[in-house]
Amino acid sequence: MIEIANLYKTFDKVQVLNGLNLTVRDGETKVIIGRSGAGKSVLLKSIVGIVAPDSGSIKVGGTEVVGLSEHAYNKVRKNIGLVFQGGALFDSLNVGENIGFVLDEFGRLLPEARRERVAHALSLVGMKGIEEMMPSQLSGGMRKRVSLARVLCMEPKILLYDEPTSEVDPITADAINSLMMEMHDKLKVTSIVVTHDMTTAFKIADSVAMFYHGQVIADGTPDEIRNSRHPVVQQFINGRAVGPVTEDESMKFGHVR
Amino acid sequence: MIRRLVEKTGALIEEFFRYAGQLTILFAQTVTCAITPPFSGYRFLWQAKRVGPGSFFISSLVALFVGMIIALQMAYMMLKLSGEIYIPNVIAVSLTRELGPVLTALIVAGRIGAGITAEIGSMVVTEQVDALRAFAINPVRYLVVPRFLALAVMLPVLTVFAVLVGIFGGFLICYYKLGISHIMYWQMVVDSVGLKDIVTGLAKTVFFGMIIALVGCFEGLHVRGGADGVGRSTTLSVVRSFIMIIMFDCFFTFIFYFLFNA
Repeated sequence: MIEIANLYKTFDKVQVLNGLNLTVRDGETKVIIGRSGAGKSVLLKSIVGIVAPDSGSIKVGGTEVVGLSEHAYNKVRKNIGLVFQGGALFDSLNVGENIGFVLDEFGRLLPEARRERVAHALSLVGMKGIEEMMPSQLSGGMRKRVSLARVLCMEPKILLYDEPTSEVDPITADAINSLMMEMHDKLKVTSIVVTHDMTTAFKIADSVAMFYHGQVIADGTPDEIRNSRHPVVQQFINGRAVGPVTEDESMKFGHVR
Repeated sequence: MIRRLVEKTGALIEEFFRYAGQLTILFAQTVTCAITPPFSGYRFLWQAKRVGPGSFFISSLVALFVGMIIALQMAYMMLKLSGEIYIPNVIAVSLTRELGPVLTALIVAGRIGAGITAEIGSMVVTEQVDALRAFAINPVRYLVVPRFLALAVMLPVLTVFAVLVGIFGGFLICYYKLGISHIMYWQMVVDSVGLKDIVTGLAKTVFFGMIIALVGCFEGLHVRGGADGVGRSTTLSVVRSFIMIIMFDCFFTFIFYFLFNA
């Protein structure tokens, strides 16, 4: 279980997380939606300890991680796999080395077992036999899948996806969605998926949380979110240019409507 | 006017000390990671190969010409004083104590230091450094330590070769242009260079290597923005490395002067 309470984070006087509260149950797939800059990616990075929150609490499997030492945090991190938006594959390593990176670093397996584990992770994401390719030779969708294979190699208990279907064509996006659902069903992992893609959100989510001004303004099943009467939620999920979100932003930037 | 000048100077001094503090922290983290397990010999060797053989040709080429230039410049003066016989001494001592170490460090700072900043900076921009942390891997241990050790070890090696090639460059001028016999030239070189000159020259390069690695890595790890940020940090890295190498050279020269002349 991941429990986030009263989380605050400011970057250069901009309040990105503003007393955020969120709970993700074990085995649940929680999709987070919201405008760009709403703090979705910052939340993922706060969970994994890349960004340090100003205040608040993040409990991962009952362990409070805010303020944890790097050494202690590393034990928590080994159970969390973060799939970065751009893949974040290491340019200087080929696909096989990227996927086996964590295995190599922590030296837990013999070469043959390592090879099998890498091949298995690649087969899970439907990309067998590309171990020798370099990241620069991969398309956007392939990079995301390899990135997912890399975190699967860690056998994490929690998977965090940062916009897994952005910058890919609709067919690849659907394949990635199916893959995420498969991971959830096969591996029983707890997942948090940050996305702007409503098709993805409603397809894979057990529950959906909407971020607005650094807070959760709606949290419920896909049906509950779909039928929410909250005007901000309705404008966002229906992708309308006119509504409370854009009015709010116009006031903020001083435009006259 | 004066107030603005004082304010600007104060801001510059503050910036300098902040930067020095940040570099010191990175140095402490690097040394801590370097002396505590796990160790990675492979990454060190890979970086050493990149620094050493990769920079050998350019540093030797520059040293060859510098040796020739010193010989010609000295000849200009020494011929007037009929002291051309001392030209090999000047070439050997100046290259061993000062020019070899500093020029090699500056070349490596421009070539390798800039490359380190650009590489790590690109990794920061594309979230690869964040990925390292997410995988419970300390970026200082993974990225800084191998480069730090490789430069600290390889810069003295490159300097030795550069000094030898530079002395050979001086020989070409002395032998073919000034008529100094090869036996005389090499005898003068061997007689003039003492162990003290070699030790002081090479000791500096270990620190120069550390400076190049620390500045390059620091600037890379602090890249902000995209390609523009990488470009800016790369330029800063080279400029700051150059300044620090010269500053520390002056500092070491002071130290050695008082140490050996006390």
